[in-house]
Amino acid sequence: MKRFNRIFTVAVFIFLYAPILLLVAASFSSGTSLSNFEGFTLSRYSELFSDKNMLGLLLNSLIVALISSVVASVFGTVSCFGIRRLGRRAQKTVMTVTNIPMTNPEIVTGISLALLFVFIGQMLKLKDVMGFWTLLIAHITFNLPYVILSVMPKLNQLDRHVGEAALDLGCTPIKAFFKVTLPEILPGIISGGLMAFTMSLDDFVISYFVYGPAFTTLPVEIYTYTKKPLPPKLYALFTVLFLAILLVMIVMNIVQARDDNRSRRNKNAKGEITLTRI
Amino acid sequence: MKRRNNVFKLLLSGPYLIWMAIFVLVPMGMVLYFALTDPDTGRFTLDNLMGIEEFLPVFGESVWLAAVSALLCIVIAYPVAYVIAKAAPSRQRVLILLVMLPMCMSFLLRTLAWVALLEDTGILNRLLGSLGIGPLKLIRTRGAVILGMVYNYLPYMIMPLYSVLTKLDRRLIEAAEDLGCSGTQVFFKVILPLSAPGIISGTTMVFVPAVSTFYISKKLGSSGTALIGDLIESQFKQSYNPNLGAAMSLVLMVMIFICMGIMNRFAGQDEVSRI
Repeated sequence: MKRFNRIFTVAVFIFLYAPILLLVAASFSSGTSLSNFEGFTLSRYSELFSDKNMLGLLLNSLIVALISSVVASVFGTVSCFGIRRLGRRAQKTVMTVTNIPMTNPEIVTGISLALLFVFIGQMLKLKDVMGFWTLLIAHITFNLPYVILSVMPKLNQLDRHVGEAALDLGCTPIKAFFKVTLPEILPGIISGGLMAFTMSLDDFVISYFVYGPAFTTLPVEIYTYTKKPLPPKLYALFTVLFLAILLVMIVMNIVQARDDNRSRRNKNAKGEITLTRI
Repeated sequence: MKRRNNVFKLLLSGPYLIWMAIFVLVPMGMVLYFALTDPDTGRFTLDNLMGIEEFLPVFGESVWLAAVSALLCIVIAYPVAYVIAKAAPSRQRVLILLVMLPMCMSFLLRTLAWVALLEDTGILNRLLGSLGIGPLKLIRTRGAVILGMVYNYLPYMIMPLYSVLTKLDRRLIEAAEDLGCSGTQVFFKVILPLSAPGIISGTTMVFVPAVSTFYISKKLGSSGTALIGDLIESQFKQSYNPNLGAAMSLVLMVMIFICMGIMNRFAGQDEVSRI
């Protein structure tokens, strides 16, 4: 049974990575078809890096992802403090609303925002409402829940007494926040922000309904490509992004491993203190 | 002092409340409004909702394909999550990264890669051909759509199952073994019921995007396997009829709500009966 599970797991990983490897392989192929490898070439990469248009689209995606995830991280974290000060029932309602973008199908979120933007556009008599700002607002809206849902538990775990101790020892509330509270909840903010960033970078469904011709992101452009044969430099771009994300994940892994070790050591140290007290 | 506290509270939470009201609640209200009004006159009507009747087979097909995919995801993800949860901690982290990595990569391009794998003259058919198995019709079938759904959403099932299985209290398993349970009994009477929360949240995370997808069916399915997502998309992007599209979205939301309700109910009862 154990053996079977292991072999099965390996098979599932092959299933998950086969298409990715195919795309990576296609980036080195001199042919244009995904299913035929015709000969090794690096020219796709030089095509990619000389294509201003495609790099511009990538830049657009990165800009939207970066701004929306940073705004959502700051806005979401501040809001968490506010939500916690609300009454119990209000808190519950707010969290239900926070969950709506997470549980609703993306297509519904997309069209509902599109309806709103078109309506606002008509009210303000704007010709093209859809563009950078609608895209950014949509991304911030679906990024906020990721931040809130990963910061909130950290805030709930927070030991109140440590903050109070800081105040007693003469910290101003602002100083106490930056020296005590923020470092404690920072892992939650970072993981929520990173999740928001990756979701935003690869988002297609919601963006597809709220983008305008003036400002397009990479996934939306790839979708509109699908009627024509895809330019192979896209596979090169995929490979570059794959390596970049792999690198980020490896770094995160190392940081996390170190963090885990430290907290384990801290726990041991705390244990010792209680022991000496006894 | 209390007054200042109140102002502070509003200052911190107010902007968020306003943001979510404008960009989450109002848009939901607009879906409801469009679904219930006539496209030309703007008067209240149930015609849009009634008009969905002719698309009911599509709704049935979407739910069926998404449900099969979710079930397959449970069956496939469970052993994987179990193996990962049992691995050494440093290895666990690497394996989880490997599960998460595909989620971050362009899902459009990965789905296109499946087209190249499944095509009539694609890689799989050529491999089969070299084994002497004649070209099979793989693409433009329901099977291909299900495969696309399972492939894209499998990580969303593995993650919650893994997080439940790592938190599993080993002592409960040992207790069951001490009390004379066999390996299979331990699995079905202890491990599986305790992983119910993971199965439920995983099923939600697979079912909701699968039932509303429109890219997977477009690329891997045939014109006969159009799904709800395809219908809604075409109402907004091709034949512009946002009222009908909104009505479809409304029905989709209600349907998902009911499906989730039924599932939670089953899972809930299961736990109660066991206790």
